[in-house]
Amino acid sequence: MHLSMVQRILGLMLALFSLTMLPPVGVSLYYADGHWYPFVGAFVVVGVVGAALYLPVRKVRRDLRLRDGFLIVALFWVGLGLAGATPLLISDVPALSFTDAVFEAVSGFSTTGATVIVGLDSLPRSILYYRQQIQWLGGMSIIVLAVALMPMLGIGGMSLFKAETPGPVKDQKLTPRIAQTARALWGVYVMLTIACAAGYLLAGMSPFDAISHAFSTTSTGGFSPYDASLGHFDSATVDAVATVFMFLGGASFALHFTVFRNRDPRLYWRDPEFTSYFWLVVTIIGITTVYLWATSHMDHPLESLRYAALQVVSLHTGTGYVTHDFANWPGALPAMLMLISFISGCAGGTTGGMKVIRWLIVVKQAAVQFKHLVHPNAQIPVKLSGRVVPPQVISAVAGFFAVYFVVFGIMMMLLMTFGLDQVTAWSAVAATLNNVGPGLGDVFVSYRDIPDAAKWVCTVAMLAGRLEVFTLLLLFTPDFWRK
Amino acid sequence: MKIIILGAGQVGRTAAYQLSREQANAITVVDTNDEILRDLQDRLDIRTVVGNAGHPAILEAAGCETADMIVALTNSDEVNMIACQVAHSLFGTPTKIARIRSSDYSLRPQLFEEGGLHVDVMISPEQLVTDNVGRLIRYPGALQVLDFADGRVRLIGMRAVKGGQLVGHQLLELRDHIPNRDVRVAAIYRRGRSIKPEGDTVIEEGDEVFFIAARDDIRSMMKELRTEEDPVKRVVIAGAGNIGFRLARALEETNQVKLIERDPRRARRAAEILSRTLVLSGDAADEELLLEENIDDADVFVSLTNAEEANILSAMLAKRLGAHRVMALINRPAYAELIEGGTIDVAISPQTITIGALLEHVRRGDVVRVHSLRRGAAEAIEAIVHGDSRSSPVVGRTIEDIVLPPGTTLGAIVRGDEVIIAHHDTVIEADDHVILFLTDRRHVEAVGRLFQAGARLR
Repeated sequence: MHLSMVQRILGLMLALFSLTMLPPVGVSLYYADGHWYPFVGAFVVVGVVGAALYLPVRKVRRDLRLRDGFLIVALFWVGLGLAGATPLLISDVPALSFTDAVFEAVSGFSTTGATVIVGLDSLPRSILYYRQQIQWLGGMSIIVLAVALMPMLGIGGMSLFKAETPGPVKDQKLTPRIAQTARALWGVYVMLTIACAAGYLLAGMSPFDAISHAFSTTSTGGFSPYDASLGHFDSATVDAVATVFMFLGGASFALHFTVFRNRDPRLYWRDPEFTSYFWLVVTIIGITTVYLWATSHMDHPLESLRYAALQVVSLHTGTGYVTHDFANWPGALPAMLMLISFISGCAGGTTGGMKVIRWLIVVKQAAVQFKHLVHPNAQIPVKLSGRVVPPQVISAVAGFFAVYFVVFGIMMMLLMTFGLDQVTAWSAVAATLNNVGPGLGDVFVSYRDIPDAAKWVCTVAMLAGRLEVFTLLLLFTPDFWRK
Repeated sequence: MKIIILGAGQVGRTAAYQLSREQANAITVVDTNDEILRDLQDRLDIRTVVGNAGHPAILEAAGCETADMIVALTNSDEVNMIACQVAHSLFGTPTKIARIRSSDYSLRPQLFEEGGLHVDVMISPEQLVTDNVGRLIRYPGALQVLDFADGRVRLIGMRAVKGGQLVGHQLLELRDHIPNRDVRVAAIYRRGRSIKPEGDTVIEEGDEVFFIAARDDIRSMMKELRTEEDPVKRVVIAGAGNIGFRLARALEETNQVKLIERDPRRARRAAEILSRTLVLSGDAADEELLLEENIDDADVFVSLTNAEEANILSAMLAKRLGAHRVMALINRPAYAELIEGGTIDVAISPQTITIGALLEHVRRGDVVRVHSLRRGAAEAIEAIVHGDSRSSPVVGRTIEDIVLPPGTTLGAIVRGDEVIIAHHDTVIEADDHVILFLTDRRHVEAVGRLFQAGARLR
């Protein structure tokens, strides 16, 4: 492991990140809300820390190993949480404790969208904009952006990209050069965000609201500048735009890029993960719509469909927008909505959670097990759209499930130890580990009132979920550090 | 440049490694073996596609439509040719290079003429290696003999040995030693590191010296670096494979050649075709056999079998038994580094030799010849100067006025039929062929820009 190389890249990326403090300064000056100073302060602090890390080792040139990549990614995400919390700590409103500021920043970057702030509507515009911006940066990830912008990372870019990007199969490069791939992904992401903002504008939002919400929609983040979340607008067209773009944000951006490059939307249907994702979402929306209407919770089937569609897509993709009090929906619906966040979107999208592809592989593997009971001698490979899934991938997926649920269980028990009731505890872990945001019970609106220790558990859960557990846990295994 | 490499064998992998190190290239490698590809992708910044390299669907998936070049390096001549043809007919790929091993194909140019198979460049690694070894044998004492301008100018690499007249002296004394000959020392490697050759540089024993000279001046320069050696007479070759057999055929008219082959049938077949070579059926690592065939009298022992470990061992054995000079064919760069300069005099690396032939077509601008050296770290290139005194930073200037990237030496200029060894006051003209030595190949793009200014860049 080349620690000086790790330090060099971390410093460089922090310096790069400090530049993102400048747009909020502009927003502050434009709206004259007087809150430019937290961002100038954070720009200086983060920039200086980045430079202090970078300058002593700026001449070190080594090839990055796979291990270095994991270390950089994990450390950078932790650093990002602290760096992103800086302006929130400096600012006098909202007066956040250290714990709360880090929670809010990590929740932003991990595209979770859980908040500890109540009274958003009265905050300065620059602070609100900043929250939306970190969600957007977290969606496609600053590390991918760094790989795109710093081609001199060369081969090292590969190990960063691998450690960073979600999904069980990480070998699919869109272009021969990793920097090009990263640029292509960001390009698609930016275009989708612009389209989303345009949609919101047409639906009647102000430009500030449209951009803010576009940031947290395509990134499936879920922050909103309003306490009432998307429900603030109470508009069916806004809901429709949000539903479509959350869904697209949950699909694979590599797939979006392929479709865009070939100008052929039919390619979506050739992707087994995308089709499963689509039908899954449609089915659950159907069930929810009927459930809401049949239990007379909603008066009209279309009203039922509107809220069901938004809420299902919002939770399925781990966005976390709220337009209706879904925690108090009848029967199994609240629990079901929390549970589908475990399935989440596609690998290569901006969602947290376990990803459709893993569930697909596990379900197919289970089907093979059943067949094996009947035909013990049969050779039945697991296939996805005609291609055999390599056994290593299957066992990796199985291992992922095991670790994911163990982590889930431990964190839930920790939260209960810190005094949360059972419903709040399990939904809080589900909502943070899957990067959803709002949970049930006490954490439906905000995480403000849970104890600090519980907030830290949730913060770790958000990071673990964003890095797909293994990248983070890897640092705690002795093998990783053994020379 | 977007390049698709077909086949991830030894040569394909080395090509992918070398080419992907240049930022300007985007490499995609196609092979049927997904494990090799996964390993390759872990280490290099390239894309890989699993599948049969000759199939249109696979080539399409590899991005053949937008590729600038495909390089077919699979094991099979037939797949290579078909892949080039498919790339041409379906995707219109501009440059198509194929490895063609069998001389039955390569000796019939009609096959590749208009209306035939669309292969722009054929490379035969075996032939390249054979030529290379042949040149090494003709210049006893040389580690590298590389041709430029159709062999009129050569770059020679050799180790300075006690007894050479220049060893222990400054470079500028060279002119007094050989007054009528003109050579240019392009690079000196001392204990593996390159040092800049200046007039007051003192050549030490064990230095690896690269110099550029016209063909006729080479021998007198070689005498400066080591005691004079007799021309090679007796050559023992181990392995009658593709390379060993070709080498025997090339040398048998001028030298006394013995060819040792383990497989009796292959030995038999070689004996049927070769006329003056003595073909021996047996193991090249068999001490008895080597002694019986007077290995202690052999001027050169070359081990060219497919098994590199066996090559190393049999060459070491031959050296111990008294062979004057031993060479071994070694694929792995790491092995070659371990071995060379020790017991074994020359490590022959087929990939380094082949990669130069590929690089000629990858380089932007008008590059005629590229030789890869020191396992790809250094490079010698022959480029044509374009532009005029206004558009080019080099035309009309003397060499001392040209700012070359660090570690780069301009060794010689070929102007028409004339070979001019570069001096500080030599003036460069348009359409000169310049021969450059780069100790650090990372500067190759800068060098290309320098000499190609005003030229149409591909």
